[in-house]
Amino acid sequence: MLSPFLSVIGRDVKLAFRAGGGIGTAFGFFLTVVVLLPIGIGPDQALLQRIAPGALWIALLMSVLLSADRIYTADYEDGSLEVMAIGPAPLEVVALAKALAHWLTAGLPLAIAAPLLGFLLNLRADLVPGLLLSMITGSLALSMLAALGAAVTVGLRKGGLLISLLILPLYIPLMIFGVTASTGGQAGPDISTSSYLILAAVVLLSVVVSPVASAAALRAHMR
Amino acid sequence: MKDLRLIAEELSCRRGGRMVFSNLSFAVESGEMLILRGPNGAGKTSLLRTIAGLTPPASGRLILEGGSDDLTIGQQAHYIAHQNASKPQLSVRENLYFWQRFLGGDERAIAAAMEAMDLVHLADYDAALLSAGQKRRLALARLLLAERPLWLLDEPTVGLDVASVERLRTVMDAHLNAGGIIIATTHIDLGMAQARTFEFREEHWAVQLEGFD
Repeated sequence: MLSPFLSVIGRDVKLAFRAGGGIGTAFGFFLTVVVLLPIGIGPDQALLQRIAPGALWIALLMSVLLSADRIYTADYEDGSLEVMAIGPAPLEVVALAKALAHWLTAGLPLAIAAPLLGFLLNLRADLVPGLLLSMITGSLALSMLAALGAAVTVGLRKGGLLISLLILPLYIPLMIFGVTASTGGQAGPDISTSSYLILAAVVLLSVVVSPVASAAALRAHMR
Repeated sequence: MKDLRLIAEELSCRRGGRMVFSNLSFAVESGEMLILRGPNGAGKTSLLRTIAGLTPPASGRLILEGGSDDLTIGQQAHYIAHQNASKPQLSVRENLYFWQRFLGGDERAIAAAMEAMDLVHLADYDAALLSAGQKRRLALARLLLAERPLWLLDEPTVGLDVASVERLRTVMDAHLNAGGIIIATTHIDLGMAQARTFEFREEHWAVQLEGFD
Protein backbone atom coordinates (compact mmCIF):
# COMPACT_ATOMS: atom_id res chain seq x y z
CA MET A 1 0.00 0.00 0.00
CA LEU A 2 2.86 2.35 0.88
CA SER A 3 4.79 1.80 -2.33
CA PRO A 4 1.96 2.82 -4.73
CA PHE A 5 1.20 5.80 -2.46
CA LEU A 6 4.80 7.03 -2.45
CA SER A 7 5.28 6.30 -6.16
CA VAL A 8 2.35 8.54 -7.10
CA ILE A 9 3.62 11.39 -4.90
CA GLY A 10 7.13 10.99 -6.30
CA ARG A 11 5.96 11.00 -9.90
CA ASP A 12 3.62 13.98 -9.52
CA VAL A 13 6.26 16.07 -7.75
CA LYS A 14 8.73 15.20 -10.52
CA LEU A 15 6.17 16.12 -13.20
CA ALA A 16 5.47 19.47 -11.53
CA PHE A 17 9.11 20.46 -12.02
CA ARG A 18 9.28 19.24 -15.64
CA ALA A 19 8.32 21.26 -18.72
CA GLY A 20 4.65 22.23 -18.55
CA GLY A 21 4.47 21.40 -14.84
CA GLY A 22 2.31 23.55 -12.64
CA ILE A 23 4.77 24.76 -10.05
CA GLY A 24 5.94 27.74 -12.11
CA THR A 25 2.38 28.77 -12.99
CA ALA A 26 1.20 28.84 -9.38
CA PHE A 27 4.31 30.66 -8.22
CA GLY A 28 4.20 33.20 -11.04
CA PHE A 29 0.57 34.01 -10.37
CA PHE A 30 1.18 34.42 -6.65
CA LEU A 31 4.12 36.72 -7.30
CA THR A 32 2.15 38.80 -9.82
CA VAL A 33 -0.74 39.41 -7.43
CA VAL A 34 1.49 40.33 -4.50
CA VAL A 35 3.71 42.62 -6.57
CA LEU A 36 0.87 44.39 -8.36
CA LEU A 37 -1.31 44.91 -5.30
CA PRO A 38 0.75 47.66 -3.59
CA ILE A 39 1.23 49.39 -6.95
CA GLY A 40 -2.51 49.38 -7.56
CA ILE A 41 -3.46 50.52 -4.08
CA GLY A 42 -0.81 53.19 -3.76
CA PRO A 43 1.84 53.94 -1.16
CA ASP A 44 -0.49 54.05 1.86
CA GLN A 45 1.67 52.06 4.27
CA ALA A 46 -0.90 51.89 7.06
CA LEU A 47 -3.57 50.56 4.69
CA LEU A 48 -1.21 48.01 3.17
CA GLN A 49 -0.22 46.82 6.61
CA ARG A 50 -3.87 46.28 7.53
CA ILE A 51 -4.76 44.31 4.40
CA ALA A 52 -1.49 42.35 4.08
CA PRO A 53 -2.57 39.05 5.77
CA GLY A 54 -5.89 38.94 3.94
CA ALA A 55 -4.28 39.82 0.60
CA LEU A 56 -1.70 37.07 0.99
CA TRP A 57 -4.43 34.56 1.82
CA ILE A 58 -6.45 35.55 -1.25
CA ALA A 59 -3.36 35.28 -3.47
CA LEU A 60 -2.59 31.84 -2.04
CA LEU A 61 -6.17 30.64 -2.51
CA MET A 62 -6.34 31.79 -6.12
CA SER A 63 -2.93 30.34 -7.01
CA VAL A 64 -3.98 26.96 -5.64
CA LEU A 65 -7.27 27.10 -7.58
CA LEU A 66 -5.45 28.09 -10.76
CA SER A 67 -3.29 24.98 -10.65
CA ALA A 68 -6.13 22.65 -9.60
CA ASP A 69 -7.31 21.33 -12.93
CA ARG A 70 -3.93 19.81 -13.72
CA ILE A 71 -4.33 17.37 -10.81
CA TYR A 72 -6.36 14.78 -12.74
CA THR A 73 -6.67 16.00 -16.36
CA ALA A 74 -3.48 14.44 -17.75
CA ASP A 75 -3.91 11.14 -15.92
CA TYR A 76 -7.50 10.92 -17.12
CA GLU A 77 -6.66 11.66 -20.73
CA ASP A 78 -3.63 9.41 -21.09
CA GLY A 79 -5.28 6.41 -19.43
CA SER A 80 -3.04 6.35 -16.34
CA LEU A 81 -6.05 6.82 -14.09
CA GLU A 82 -7.67 3.61 -15.36
CA VAL A 83 -4.53 1.62 -14.68
CA MET A 84 -4.36 3.14 -11.19
CA ALA A 85 -8.06 2.45 -10.59
CA ILE A 86 -7.62 -1.29 -11.01
CA GLY A 87 -4.18 -1.35 -9.39
CA PRO A 88 -3.12 -2.85 -6.07
CA ALA A 89 -3.98 0.23 -4.00
CA PRO A 90 -7.54 1.52 -3.51
CA LEU A 91 -8.32 4.60 -5.59
CA GLU A 92 -8.80 6.52 -2.33
CA VAL A 93 -5.10 6.04 -1.57
CA VAL A 94 -4.19 7.29 -5.05
CA ALA A 95 -6.47 10.33 -4.58
CA LEU A 96 -4.83 11.15 -1.23
CA ALA A 97 -1.38 10.84 -2.81
CA LYS A 98 -2.30 13.11 -5.72
CA ALA A 99 -3.78 15.77 -3.43
CA LEU A 100 -0.71 15.63 -1.18
CA ALA A 101 1.56 15.97 -4.22
CA HIS A 102 -0.40 19.06 -5.25
CA TRP A 103 0.05 20.52 -1.77
CA LEU A 104 3.79 19.81 -1.87
CA THR A 105 4.17 21.57 -5.24
CA ALA A 106 1.63 24.41 -4.92
CA GLY A 107 0.24 25.14 -1.44
CA LEU A 108 3.29 24.46 0.70
CA PRO A 109 5.97 26.38 -1.26
CA LEU A 110 3.62 29.36 -1.66
CA ALA A 111 2.76 29.36 2.05
CA ILE A 112 6.46 29.36 2.91
CA ALA A 113 7.18 32.16 0.43
CA ALA A 114 4.22 34.27 1.58
CA PRO A 115 5.87 35.96 4.62
CA LEU A 116 8.87 36.91 2.46
CA LEU A 117 6.65 38.47 -0.19
CA GLY A 118 4.62 39.99 2.65
CA PHE A 119 7.29 42.63 3.09
CA LEU A 120 6.17 44.10 -0.23
CA LEU A 121 2.83 44.66 1.51
CA ASN A 122 4.44 46.11 4.65
CA LEU A 123 3.42 43.02 6.64
CA ARG A 124 4.00 43.46 10.37
CA ALA A 125 7.01 41.38 11.39
CA ASP A 126 5.32 40.12 14.56
CA LEU A 127 2.55 38.52 12.47
CA VAL A 128 4.98 36.40 10.46
CA PRO A 129 5.07 33.27 12.71
CA GLY A 130 1.27 33.08 13.00
CA LEU A 131 0.77 33.72 9.29
CA LEU A 132 3.33 31.11 8.31
CA LEU A 133 1.79 28.49 10.61
CA SER A 134 -1.81 29.13 9.56
CA MET A 135 -0.94 29.25 5.86
CA ILE A 136 1.05 26.01 5.92
CA THR A 137 -1.84 24.32 7.76
CA GLY A 138 -4.61 25.90 5.72
CA SER A 139 -2.97 25.31 2.33
CA LEU A 140 -3.25 21.57 2.92
CA ALA A 141 -7.03 21.90 3.01
CA LEU A 142 -6.91 24.21 -0.03
CA SER A 143 -5.16 21.44 -2.00
CA MET A 144 -7.46 18.70 -0.66
CA LEU A 145 -10.58 20.62 -1.70
CA ALA A 146 -9.05 21.68 -5.03
CA ALA A 147 -8.33 18.00 -5.74
CA LEU A 148 -11.94 17.15 -4.94
CA GLY A 149 -13.11 19.83 -7.39
CA ALA A 150 -10.68 18.50 -10.00
CA ALA A 151 -11.97 14.95 -9.54
CA VAL A 152 -15.61 16.01 -9.90
CA THR A 153 -14.93 18.01 -13.08
CA VAL A 154 -12.37 15.70 -14.72
CA GLY A 155 -13.09 15.11 -18.40
CA LEU A 156 -15.18 18.26 -18.76
CA ARG A 157 -14.13 21.07 -21.06
CA LYS A 158 -13.44 24.30 -19.20
CA GLY A 159 -13.40 22.29 -15.99
CA GLY A 160 -11.27 24.96 -14.34
CA LEU A 161 -14.12 27.44 -14.20
CA LEU A 162 -16.43 24.84 -12.70
CA ILE A 163 -13.84 23.93 -10.07
CA SER A 164 -13.78 27.55 -8.91
CA LEU A 165 -17.56 27.72 -8.63
CA LEU A 166 -17.83 24.39 -6.83
CA ILE A 167 -15.00 24.92 -4.40
CA LEU A 168 -15.42 28.60 -3.60
CA PRO A 169 -18.11 28.06 -0.92
CA LEU A 170 -15.89 25.46 0.74
CA TYR A 171 -12.99 27.92 0.80
CA ILE A 172 -14.93 30.55 2.75
CA PRO A 173 -14.54 28.95 6.21
CA LEU A 174 -10.84 28.40 5.51
CA MET A 175 -10.49 32.05 4.54
CA ILE A 176 -12.31 33.32 7.65
CA PHE A 177 -10.43 31.20 10.18
CA GLY A 178 -7.15 31.37 8.27
CA VAL A 179 -7.09 35.17 8.26
CA THR A 180 -8.21 35.56 11.88
CA ALA A 181 -5.59 33.02 12.94
CA SER A 182 -2.95 34.97 11.00
CA THR A 183 -3.79 38.44 12.33
CA GLY A 184 -3.12 37.46 15.95
CA GLY A 185 -2.62 40.64 17.98
CA GLN A 186 -5.36 42.78 16.48
CA ALA A 187 -8.19 40.60 17.75
CA GLY A 188 -6.45 39.35 20.85
CA PRO A 189 -4.44 36.18 21.35
CA ASP A 190 -7.42 34.06 22.49
CA ILE A 191 -9.35 34.49 19.26
CA SER A 192 -6.21 33.81 17.28
CA THR A 193 -5.64 30.45 18.98
CA SER A 194 -9.24 29.31 18.72
CA SER A 195 -9.34 30.36 15.06
CA TYR A 196 -6.23 28.31 14.42
CA LEU A 197 -7.78 25.28 16.10
CA ILE A 198 -10.95 25.55 14.00
CA LEU A 199 -8.77 25.96 10.89
CA ALA A 200 -6.90 22.79 11.85
CA ALA A 201 -10.22 20.96 12.35
CA VAL A 202 -11.39 21.99 8.87
CA VAL A 203 -8.06 20.77 7.48
CA LEU A 204 -8.40 17.37 9.16
CA LEU A 205 -11.96 17.04 7.91
CA SER A 206 -10.89 17.81 4.35
CA VAL A 207 -8.04 15.28 4.51
CA VAL A 208 -10.56 12.58 5.46
CA VAL A 209 -13.40 13.54 3.12
CA SER A 210 -11.52 14.62 -0.04
CA PRO A 211 -9.86 11.27 -0.97
CA VAL A 212 -13.06 9.29 -0.43
CA ALA A 213 -15.25 11.74 -2.36
CA SER A 214 -12.61 12.18 -5.11
CA ALA A 215 -12.31 8.43 -5.64
CA ALA A 216 -16.09 8.06 -5.88
CA ALA A 217 -16.25 10.89 -8.45
CA LEU A 218 -13.38 9.41 -10.50
CA ARG A 219 -14.96 5.94 -10.53
CA ALA A 220 -18.21 7.42 -11.80
CA HIS A 221 -16.33 9.30 -14.55
CA MET A 222 -14.51 6.19 -15.75
CA ARG A 223 -17.56 3.98 -16.16
CA MET B 1 0.74 -19.98 -11.92
CA LYS B 2 -2.14 -22.13 -10.73
CA ASP B 3 -4.87 -23.41 -12.96
CA LEU B 4 -7.17 -20.51 -13.64
CA ARG B 5 -10.52 -20.22 -15.31
CA LEU B 6 -12.22 -16.94 -16.12
CA ILE B 7 -15.95 -17.41 -16.48
CA ALA B 8 -18.47 -14.88 -17.71
CA GLU B 9 -22.10 -15.74 -17.07
CA GLU B 10 -24.82 -13.96 -19.01
CA LEU B 11 -22.94 -10.70 -18.84
CA SER B 12 -24.67 -7.48 -19.88
CA CYS B 13 -23.15 -4.05 -20.12
CA ARG B 14 -24.83 -0.69 -20.28
CA ARG B 15 -22.90 2.52 -20.94
CA GLY B 16 -24.46 5.95 -21.10
CA GLY B 17 -28.00 4.52 -21.16
CA ARG B 18 -27.23 2.29 -24.14
CA MET B 19 -27.17 -1.50 -23.89
CA VAL B 20 -23.78 -2.35 -25.39
CA PHE B 21 -24.07 -6.12 -25.19
CA SER B 22 -26.20 -8.60 -23.31
CA ASN B 23 -26.33 -12.30 -22.40
CA LEU B 24 -22.70 -12.91 -23.08
CA SER B 25 -21.24 -16.13 -21.70
CA PHE B 26 -17.79 -17.63 -22.18
CA ALA B 27 -14.98 -19.30 -20.30
CA VAL B 28 -11.21 -19.06 -20.77
CA GLU B 29 -8.65 -21.28 -19.08
CA SER B 30 -4.98 -21.07 -18.21
CA GLY B 31 -2.81 -21.09 -21.30
CA GLU B 32 -5.64 -19.92 -23.53
CA MET B 33 -6.05 -16.75 -25.49
CA LEU B 34 -9.43 -15.36 -26.42
CA ILE B 35 -9.56 -12.98 -29.37
CA LEU B 36 -12.63 -10.75 -29.44
CA ARG B 37 -13.91 -9.92 -32.89
CA GLY B 38 -16.80 -7.87 -34.08
CA PRO B 39 -17.60 -4.67 -35.93
CA ASN B 40 -16.73 -1.25 -34.47
CA GLY B 41 -19.01 -0.42 -31.58
CA ALA B 42 -19.95 -4.04 -30.92
CA GLY B 43 -18.71 -3.74 -27.34
CA LYS B 44 -15.25 -5.31 -27.42
CA THR B 45 -13.65 -2.51 -25.40
CA SER B 46 -16.66 -2.40 -23.07
CA LEU B 47 -16.21 -6.11 -22.37
CA LEU B 48 -12.54 -5.61 -21.51
CA ARG B 49 -13.46 -2.70 -19.22
CA THR B 50 -16.14 -4.80 -17.57
CA ILE B 51 -13.69 -7.63 -16.91
CA ALA B 52 -11.15 -5.14 -15.53
CA GLY B 53 -13.82 -3.81 -13.16
CA LEU B 54 -13.90 -0.27 -14.56
CA THR B 55 -17.49 -0.60 -15.80
CA PRO B 56 -19.70 -2.64 -13.52
CA PRO B 57 -21.84 -5.19 -15.41
CA ALA B 58 -25.54 -4.35 -15.72
CA SER B 59 -26.31 -7.99 -15.03
CA GLY B 60 -24.56 -11.33 -14.97
CA ARG B 61 -21.31 -12.11 -13.21
CA LEU B 62 -17.61 -12.70 -13.68
CA ILE B 63 -15.63 -15.29 -11.78
CA LEU B 64 -11.92 -16.02 -11.78
CA GLU B 65 -11.70 -19.60 -10.55
CA GLY B 66 -8.36 -20.40 -8.94
CA GLY B 67 -7.58 -16.71 -8.48
CA SER B 68 -6.97 -14.89 -5.23
CA ASP B 69 -9.98 -14.37 -2.97
CA ASP B 70 -8.55 -11.16 -1.54
CA LEU B 71 -8.06 -9.40 -4.86
CA THR B 72 -10.52 -8.15 -7.44
CA ILE B 73 -10.23 -9.52 -10.97
CA GLY B 74 -8.85 -6.12 -12.01
CA GLN B 75 -6.09 -6.37 -9.43
CA GLN B 76 -5.06 -9.69 -10.98
CA ALA B 77 -5.06 -8.24 -14.48
CA HIS B 78 -2.98 -6.00 -16.70
CA TYR B 79 -5.18 -3.73 -18.79
CA ILE B 80 -3.60 -2.16 -21.87
CA ALA B 81 -6.15 0.31 -23.23
CA HIS B 82 -6.05 2.46 -26.36
CA GLN B 83 -4.27 5.15 -24.38
CA ASN B 84 -0.71 4.32 -23.45
CA ALA B 85 -0.74 5.59 -19.85
CA SER B 86 2.73 7.10 -20.14
CA LYS B 87 3.88 10.63 -19.40
CA PRO B 88 5.53 12.55 -22.26
CA GLN B 89 7.64 14.58 -19.79
CA LEU B 90 9.24 11.47 -18.29
CA SER B 91 11.87 9.28 -19.93
CA VAL B 92 11.13 5.70 -20.93
CA ARG B 93 12.99 4.45 -17.88
CA GLU B 94 11.19 6.88 -15.53
CA ASN B 95 7.80 5.84 -16.89
CA LEU B 96 8.57 2.19 -16.34
CA TYR B 97 10.08 2.88 -12.93
CA PHE B 98 6.88 4.57 -11.81
CA TRP B 99 4.62 1.73 -12.99
CA GLN B 100 6.90 -0.89 -11.52
CA ARG B 101 6.74 0.78 -8.12
CA PHE B 102 3.00 1.38 -8.41
CA LEU B 103 2.14 -2.13 -9.57
CA GLY B 104 4.49 -3.67 -7.05
CA GLY B 105 6.84 -5.78 -9.12
CA ASP B 106 10.54 -6.48 -8.86
CA GLU B 107 12.87 -3.62 -9.82
CA ARG B 108 14.92 -5.93 -12.06
CA ALA B 109 11.80 -6.38 -14.18
CA ILE B 110 12.34 -2.90 -15.67
CA ALA B 111 15.50 -3.95 -17.51
CA ALA B 112 13.85 -7.17 -18.67
CA ALA B 113 10.77 -5.34 -19.91
CA MET B 114 12.89 -2.83 -21.87
CA GLU B 115 14.86 -5.72 -23.35
CA ALA B 116 11.72 -7.62 -24.39
CA MET B 117 10.13 -4.59 -26.04
CA ASP B 118 13.35 -3.30 -27.63
CA LEU B 119 13.39 -0.07 -25.64
CA VAL B 120 16.92 -0.28 -24.21
CA HIS B 121 18.42 2.20 -26.69
CA LEU B 122 15.54 4.62 -25.95
CA ALA B 123 15.71 4.34 -22.15
CA ASP B 124 16.82 7.91 -21.48
CA TYR B 125 14.69 9.66 -24.09
CA ASP B 126 11.54 11.49 -23.02
CA ALA B 127 8.43 9.59 -24.05
CA ALA B 128 7.32 12.71 -25.95
CA LEU B 129 10.09 12.05 -28.49
CA LEU B 130 9.00 8.49 -29.28
CA SER B 131 7.12 7.49 -32.40
CA ALA B 132 3.59 6.08 -32.13
CA GLY B 133 4.86 2.51 -32.38
CA GLN B 134 7.58 3.12 -29.80
CA LYS B 135 5.01 4.63 -27.41
CA ARG B 136 2.88 1.52 -27.87
CA ARG B 137 5.89 -0.64 -27.03
CA LEU B 138 6.42 1.42 -23.88
CA ALA B 139 2.79 0.74 -22.89
CA LEU B 140 3.16 -2.98 -23.63
CA ALA B 141 6.34 -3.14 -21.54
CA ARG B 142 4.08 -2.58 -18.53
CA LEU B 143 2.87 -6.18 -18.96
CA LEU B 144 6.26 -7.44 -17.84
CA LEU B 145 6.77 -5.12 -14.84
CA ALA B 146 4.60 -7.08 -12.46
CA GLU B 147 3.19 -10.58 -12.63
CA ARG B 148 -0.52 -10.70 -13.37
CA PRO B 149 -2.24 -13.89 -14.55
CA LEU B 150 -4.83 -12.12 -16.71
CA TRP B 151 -3.88 -9.82 -19.59
CA LEU B 152 -6.56 -7.63 -21.16
CA LEU B 153 -5.24 -6.11 -24.38
CA ASP B 154 -7.22 -3.59 -26.39
CA GLU B 155 -5.79 -3.43 -29.93
CA PRO B 156 -2.24 -4.11 -28.70
CA THR B 157 -0.71 -4.05 -32.17
CA VAL B 158 -1.83 -0.56 -33.24
CA GLY B 159 1.18 1.27 -34.61
CA LEU B 160 3.56 -1.68 -34.25
CA ASP B 161 5.86 -2.76 -37.09
CA VAL B 162 6.29 -6.40 -38.11
CA ALA B 163 9.31 -6.95 -35.86
CA SER B 164 7.49 -5.48 -32.84
CA VAL B 165 4.41 -7.64 -33.44
CA GLU B 166 6.78 -10.63 -33.42
CA ARG B 167 8.20 -9.43 -30.05
CA LEU B 168 4.67 -9.12 -28.67
CA ARG B 169 3.92 -12.65 -29.86
CA THR B 170 6.98 -13.98 -28.06
CA VAL B 171 5.94 -12.23 -24.85
CA MET B 172 2.34 -13.49 -25.13
CA ASP B 173 3.55 -17.03 -25.87
CA ALA B 174 5.68 -17.03 -22.73
CA HIS B 175 2.76 -15.74 -20.67
CA LEU B 176 0.40 -18.44 -21.96
CA ASN B 177 3.00 -21.17 -21.47
CA ALA B 178 3.37 -20.03 -17.85
CA GLY B 179 -0.35 -20.60 -17.36
CA GLY B 180 -1.63 -17.08 -17.97
CA ILE B 181 -4.80 -15.99 -19.73
CA ILE B 182 -5.01 -13.35 -22.48
CA ILE B 183 -8.14 -11.65 -23.75
CA ALA B 184 -7.44 -9.32 -26.66
CA THR B 185 -9.22 -7.36 -29.31
CA THR B 186 -7.43 -7.19 -32.61
CA HIS B 187 -8.20 -6.89 -36.28
CA ILE B 188 -5.00 -8.51 -37.53
CA ASP B 189 -4.17 -12.21 -37.43
CA LEU B 190 -1.63 -12.72 -34.67
CA GLY B 191 -1.14 -16.37 -35.62
CA MET B 192 -1.19 -17.59 -32.02
CA ALA B 193 -1.69 -21.35 -31.80
CA GLN B 194 -3.45 -21.08 -28.42
CA ALA B 195 -6.00 -18.53 -29.62
CA ARG B 196 -9.73 -19.00 -29.88
CA THR B 197 -11.95 -16.39 -31.47
CA PHE B 198 -15.07 -15.04 -29.86
CA GLU B 199 -17.39 -13.35 -32.33
CA PHE B 200 -19.75 -10.63 -31.18
CA ARG B 201 -22.90 -11.67 -32.99
CA GLU B 202 -26.18 -9.91 -33.45
CA GLU B 203 -27.84 -11.57 -30.47
CA HIS B 204 -25.18 -9.95 -28.24
CA TRP B 205 -25.44 -6.44 -29.39
CA ALA B 206 -29.14 -5.79 -29.05
CA VAL B 207 -28.54 -2.15 -29.90
CA GLN B 208 -31.35 -0.16 -28.40
CA LEU B 209 -31.60 3.30 -26.99
CA GLU B 210 -32.98 3.48 -23.52
CA GLY B 211 -33.40 6.24 -21.01
CA PHE B 212 -30.92 6.69 -18.17
CA ASP B 213 -31.89 4.70 -15.15
